[in-house]
Amino acid sequence: MSDVNYKEIIWNGLWKNNAGIVTLLGLCPLLAVSTTVVNGVGLGLATVLVMAFSNGIVSLARNWIPREIRIPVYILIIAVLVTIIDLSMNAFVQPLYLVLGIFVPLIVVNCNVLGRAEAFASKNPVFPSIVDGFMVGMGLTLILAVLGGMREILGKGTLLSGINLAFGESAKAWVITVIPDYHGFLLAVLPPGAFIGLGLLIAGKNWLDQRKAARAEPLQTSQAATAAA
Amino acid sequence: MSVYTRHSTKLAMVLAAFALVGTTLLALTYSATRDNIAASEKKAKLALIAQILPSALYDNDIIRDAVEQPPVVELGTTEPTLVYRALKDGKPVAAVLEIIAPDGYAGKIKLLIAIKVNGEVSGVRVVVHKETPGLGDYIEIARSNWIKTFDGTSLDKNESKEWKVKKDGGQFDYMTGATITPRAVIKAVHKALVWFSPNREKIFPFPVQTQD
Repeated sequence: MSDVNYKEIIWNGLWKNNAGIVTLLGLCPLLAVSTTVVNGVGLGLATVLVMAFSNGIVSLARNWIPREIRIPVYILIIAVLVTIIDLSMNAFVQPLYLVLGIFVPLIVVNCNVLGRAEAFASKNPVFPSIVDGFMVGMGLTLILAVLGGMREILGKGTLLSGINLAFGESAKAWVITVIPDYHGFLLAVLPPGAFIGLGLLIAGKNWLDQRKAARAEPLQTSQAATAAA
Repeated sequence: MSVYTRHSTKLAMVLAAFALVGTTLLALTYSATRDNIAASEKKAKLALIAQILPSALYDNDIIRDAVEQPPVVELGTTEPTLVYRALKDGKPVAAVLEIIAPDGYAGKIKLLIAIKVNGEVSGVRVVVHKETPGLGDYIEIARSNWIKTFDGTSLDKNESKEWKVKKDGGQFDYMTGATITPRAVIKAVHKALVWFSPNREKIFPFPVQTQD
């Protein structure tokens, strides 16, 4: 187990293979729910929970799953797990369920969970798999928060609206009005706004990566440029 | 048996075993959580009733004074529901019905509606729904005041054609991007009012006196 590189797992989950802007898996809930920061983080945290568990269980069961039927078995495991989490949250942690509950069933259709089960948990021991699921979920949460923030500011002129659903009525004071007397910009709230926002985030990440690469290898880049010219 | 058949059979057995374990776990979780979930749903319902029917209007124990209502097509119910009866000095004041809008964007929307004996809506609240978070969920009171637009409406005051969203020529607001959800809710409330007026004598055990 000593060969497991946790630093790489964390870096992959949060940035290099970020689920939201690099692997682009699970776009459906990502685009639908990222209308506000609170909604985005809510879905993100629910995903973190499910992915950590599902990776752990798939990893535990990996030696009993025949290759040929691994996909149906993963789907079965994930669906069972999500349903159990959904029911248990509703029964035992009602306040949390009221906040995250609507997001949990959305995760069944999130192929990130299946993707990490196949790409990581099926080949790695339990603990690294849990860390991987957790980190990929955190990476997605990060993107959901940023995208939710962008769409909320543009669409409604506020930040953190709906925070009172998570922290009670007194939290209504936490809502930040970024642009007062704002009449709203519908495009940002509707699905096209989600696509445009996501596109900008992807472009931003690629730009950062390219700039970093260009700085790391200035010589080769200039040679390539000369060759191209 | 050929080697392939034997291999396939083995795979089928493994898949069946996983399915069996999964189903068993689900069944166990379901039975372990059912009572808790029902209890918390009931608690939430009581809090909802307080929102749609001011407690000053009645003096009976509304939770105990509930009758079971068999499924009614007009109310969208497919299982027996409870009708809560509000009385003041022994006279009927209002009834609280559980109704279902079957045609929400993501399936059924469970609603609770309080109708006064004169046929006026005292209030409506959403109990359970699966509408898109951030889009269709403005029917929840926690998200917006939209659901309050039903307060005080009645079949007398509002003609049939007004029971639609503004986009369809009616009188109800909606949010662009999510019209299926309010359509379903408006339709369900309207149907409940239509059903209520000829049926109120059945709900209350004694003659109902109304202003009309």
